[in-house]
Amino acid sequence: MFDVLTDLLTVLDSTMRLSTPLLLACLAGLFSERAGIFDIGLEGKMLAAAFFSAALAYVTENVWLGLAAGIGASMLLSLLHGVASITFRGNQLISGVAINFLAAGMTVLIAQSWFKQGGRTPALLSGGRFENITLPFADALSVIPIIGPFYKEVVSGHTILVYVALLMVPLTWWVLFRTRFGLRLRAVGEAPEAVDTAGVSVIGMRYSAVIICGVLCGIAGAYMATGLQAGFVKDMTAGRGYIALAALIFAKWRPWYALSSCLLFGFLQAVALRPDLIKGYLGFEVQVQLLDALPYILTVIILAGFVGKAIPPRAGGEPYVKER
Amino acid sequence: MQKMPVWADVILIPLVSLLLAALLSAAVIVGIGEDPQAALNLMISGALGSTYGWGYTLYYATNFIFTGLAVSVAFHAKLFNIGGEGQAMLGGLGVALVALYIPWPHWSFALIGCTIGAALLGAAWAYIPAILQAKRGSHIVITTIMFNFIAFALLNYLLVNVMRPAGSMDPATASFPEATHLPTLHMLLEPFGIKFSKAAPANVSLVVALLAAVFVWLLIWRTRLGYEIRAFGHSESAARYAGINPVRITVIAMMVSGALAGMMSLNTTMGEGERLILNSTEGAGFIGIAVALMGRSHPVGVVVASILFGFLYQGGAELALWTSIPRDLIVVIQALVILFTGALDNMVRMPLERLILMFGRKEG
Repeated sequence: MFDVLTDLLTVLDSTMRLSTPLLLACLAGLFSERAGIFDIGLEGKMLAAAFFSAALAYVTENVWLGLAAGIGASMLLSLLHGVASITFRGNQLISGVAINFLAAGMTVLIAQSWFKQGGRTPALLSGGRFENITLPFADALSVIPIIGPFYKEVVSGHTILVYVALLMVPLTWWVLFRTRFGLRLRAVGEAPEAVDTAGVSVIGMRYSAVIICGVLCGIAGAYMATGLQAGFVKDMTAGRGYIALAALIFAKWRPWYALSSCLLFGFLQAVALRPDLIKGYLGFEVQVQLLDALPYILTVIILAGFVGKAIPPRAGGEPYVKER
Repeated sequence: MQKMPVWADVILIPLVSLLLAALLSAAVIVGIGEDPQAALNLMISGALGSTYGWGYTLYYATNFIFTGLAVSVAFHAKLFNIGGEGQAMLGGLGVALVALYIPWPHWSFALIGCTIGAALLGAAWAYIPAILQAKRGSHIVITTIMFNFIAFALLNYLLVNVMRPAGSMDPATASFPEATHLPTLHMLLEPFGIKFSKAAPANVSLVVALLAAVFVWLLIWRTRLGYEIRAFGHSESAARYAGINPVRITVIAMMVSGALAGMMSLNTTMGEGERLILNSTEGAGFIGIAVALMGRSHPVGVVVASILFGFLYQGGAELALWTSIPRDLIVVIQALVILFTGALDNMVRMPLERLILMFGRKEG
């Protein structure tokens, strides 16, 4: 029959993998939106990073150079978003839409031009990918019931970027809520005029937030192409940027809640990959389509305020105009 | 403060933005090692050089007129409807239900029936985000994005598990009955002695799209409701003081928008596919954003921009066929148009404004 523990551990293990890009993108969006810059271009930035990291990792056979290229590409798009929405005070949502399409089109165009494989990169070999890391004592501890296998299968054995993403959660919390920079960043998203009066540059703060967002999206995209999978394929982020956005609202723009909402959405994705398990345990089939749609449905319910109210940063989406 | 003349706002700025987008697109083509001049020639001959090319150009343009109008109506109420894609999918479902389960005597009746079906389901799909925004303050952009994904999942479920005919493998409904097939432009123009390509998919929905454009113009600029929508879009607080009910305007504007987006499926599902397939919208809901921005949310602008994008779409398909430039080039051009006419509008506007006002002062 079914071995409950093994099945659970497999699903949790893939939950960890699938949550990672969501978590990184979600924290990226958190920095940006906390500073008052709405960003629906998370998807596009991840996609661009995924392509450039895979491309460079393939050419140089060095995954770290790939990661750097991914972050660079994502940051460029972030700066474009910044120029459009901060400097020229354009509509942040429209800019985000444009960035998503720009990335969707350019990645395929460049991939076709460089590699001529129908808009994908060649599959990455070992040097071009992040290797799984076995944490210390994983084997030694595995004799302890429950905790041992959990540590070995779920916690240990991921690529370094998974741990980077997890560490980003306390780091984000600390930066936002325990440093002067974080205080100012949050203030810029709530009451930019107050920050301006205090003599701090609103534009500078917002640009730094947007750049941090670019770096995190870059790591997320690089993980997609060089950790989760081996290479870039057309449209490989498949809406994860939007799920991250949903997770961000679900978490009400708070880092620790972002972790749990991303784990939840990652878990849903992991379960959707194993319809056999659902049938085996629940005794009936749950439509895969329902599982696919669940993050979005949950977000709509949250947004509707039926489960607590999600209030975005007050100055979000508004370009700042200094009074004259 | 002085203002720019109307012609500069309506014609000059979009043209300059478009020129910038075109220049960057040309740079992209050079960047991937192709010749932009040759590419443009190929696009023009492929999309406009024959009635076959025109037939495809107008077919795509029909889609974009519907979705562009949809985005425009919402823009007038200062609502950003990104959900055109999902609303069009639901519209397709409406068309399929009406065409499959009601026996129609003639295509003209079927067209009216399907229009109602498509508009109803499209409007219904826009109603939920609208009421959530108006009553509960959830952001319409986020909810309409979510509803695109939910629509896709719903359609995927219905086509795979419910509406797929027995024995068929691909996720699609059965073909619609003969009586619901719409006449193509070839059939419509033949009595007038005009020879139009038989193979091209442009059909009578183009006429419906143009009628919809007239309807939107009448609605926005010639009715009380349209005035209220525009007033609400200019200033919500002023509209509120003037006794305009914000909930009512939000819901009505979004439902009109959703209905228009849904009617797009008349062209794709009823006119071309003659059955409902999973990906019948092909991103046209998003192109509506570019079209509405470029057309300055005015029906005339939307129709012109739609024909331009129809040309890009058909030209892009020809490029993909004859050169090694992938069709995704169109997505890039679309992105650049959205960027320059939408997000970077001020970048183009501010220097032009200064220039024009400077010359104006000299003359005065």
